[in-house]
Amino acid sequence: MDSSNLQQPGIFAGLVAIIRRDLLLAWKRPGDVLNPLFFFAMVCTLFPLAVGPSAEQLTFSGPGVLWVAALLSTLLSLNSLFMSDYEDGSLDQMLVSPQPLPVLALGKTIAHWIISGLPLVLISPLLAMTYRMPTAVMGILMLTLLLGTIALSLLGSIGAALTVGLHRGTALLSLLILPLAMPILLLGANTVSLAAGNDVYGTGIWALGAYAIASISLAPYATAAALRISNE
Amino acid sequence: MTAKLSAKNLTLIRGESCLFQGLEFALNPGELLLLDGPNGSGKTSLMRAIAGMLSLETGEIFWNDVPVDGQRQEFHGSLVWLAHRTGLKGDLTLVENLRFEGSLRRQANTDPEVIYERLGITRLKRLALRSLSAGQQRRVALARMLMANVPLWLMDEPFTNLDREGRQLVMDLTQEHLARGGMSVMAAHQDVELDSPIVRVHL
Repeated sequence: MDSSNLQQPGIFAGLVAIIRRDLLLAWKRPGDVLNPLFFFAMVCTLFPLAVGPSAEQLTFSGPGVLWVAALLSTLLSLNSLFMSDYEDGSLDQMLVSPQPLPVLALGKTIAHWIISGLPLVLISPLLAMTYRMPTAVMGILMLTLLLGTIALSLLGSIGAALTVGLHRGTALLSLLILPLAMPILLLGANTVSLAAGNDVYGTGIWALGAYAIASISLAPYATAAALRISNE
Repeated sequence: MTAKLSAKNLTLIRGESCLFQGLEFALNPGELLLLDGPNGSGKTSLMRAIAGMLSLETGEIFWNDVPVDGQRQEFHGSLVWLAHRTGLKGDLTLVENLRFEGSLRRQANTDPEVIYERLGITRLKRLALRSLSAGQQRRVALARMLMANVPLWLMDEPFTNLDREGRQLVMDLTQEHLARGGMSVMAAHQDVELDSPIVRVHL
């Protein structure tokens, strides 16, 4: 080979490249992005219609409903995380890429979160109004959802990687992820409930933050290992 | 370039059948490793094993006489894999696809336009890959291979979907790569005629 080689691109370049590619793909197929968001919005708006307009009841059930809807909508979107890459062979190319696989897996998960987690956090105050949530509590709701969706996306990426080789892995993915996702749901919903009841809520936020940080540092390695196993 | 690819005592069992046993080969710069055999004889599996995506029952692959397992990242930085499925995104254009690949791998100094021209894909640059024919998509995958500046080409059935001129082009490109001191592993049904030494493995 000629000696005028350019350098092997660094890890950060690879991370940015895969995030940019996935965002570009989402931009070209907005339907896939909007589906989970519609689901979230629909569950949250239909619930008050079904249980009736009693203010007390809505304030009481609001945090729980919003959080359950957020969890399910994230699970719904996770299924497709590695699916198209598996089908068109990009996943194989990722496996033989000189970039470390955990970095690529993290990049894909970050892109997934920007596409499905972040919009959910951003529209949550709008939906929280339906439940007569005070403005101060909305801030807490957004903060818990922010930390919670980050952790959920990362945990979900492990499940998505494990089930990518199976056809119709949807149910299995949910079964795999739900036990790990339970603490996030409980912490998230309870923290918002406590905040709404003017109680001390700080602990829940710290715990969610810890959960998110643990996921960021560990999940990419687990996802990479799972991808290698399911592609043998 | 001192890179050398070799394998010792490879055995692969898939399900209940043994695809190959005690397989060995050694490949030096400028040589082509040609895998042939009937469908389902394990050509793709062997190639996946060389790429480190498949764990073998026994045996090891060596790169520069060092087991690949211990230097996976470095080894992957020295190869490019032209797989059966192109691994390109149908929703993106040719340029968008190749730009992404370029951020993952060391790139050759060649002007991309020259490569597009040679492969006859210049006028397809603005189209989404989905709208191209299978043969045209394969040419884009070839462009990715040419743009990567790596010594080892893994080519799984590179002639699939290509017209006669395209098949000749693959031969020419391989010949040039070998003449530069590169190496290639190719699984093919069709007869390959090159001026370079060919190491044959029959599966």
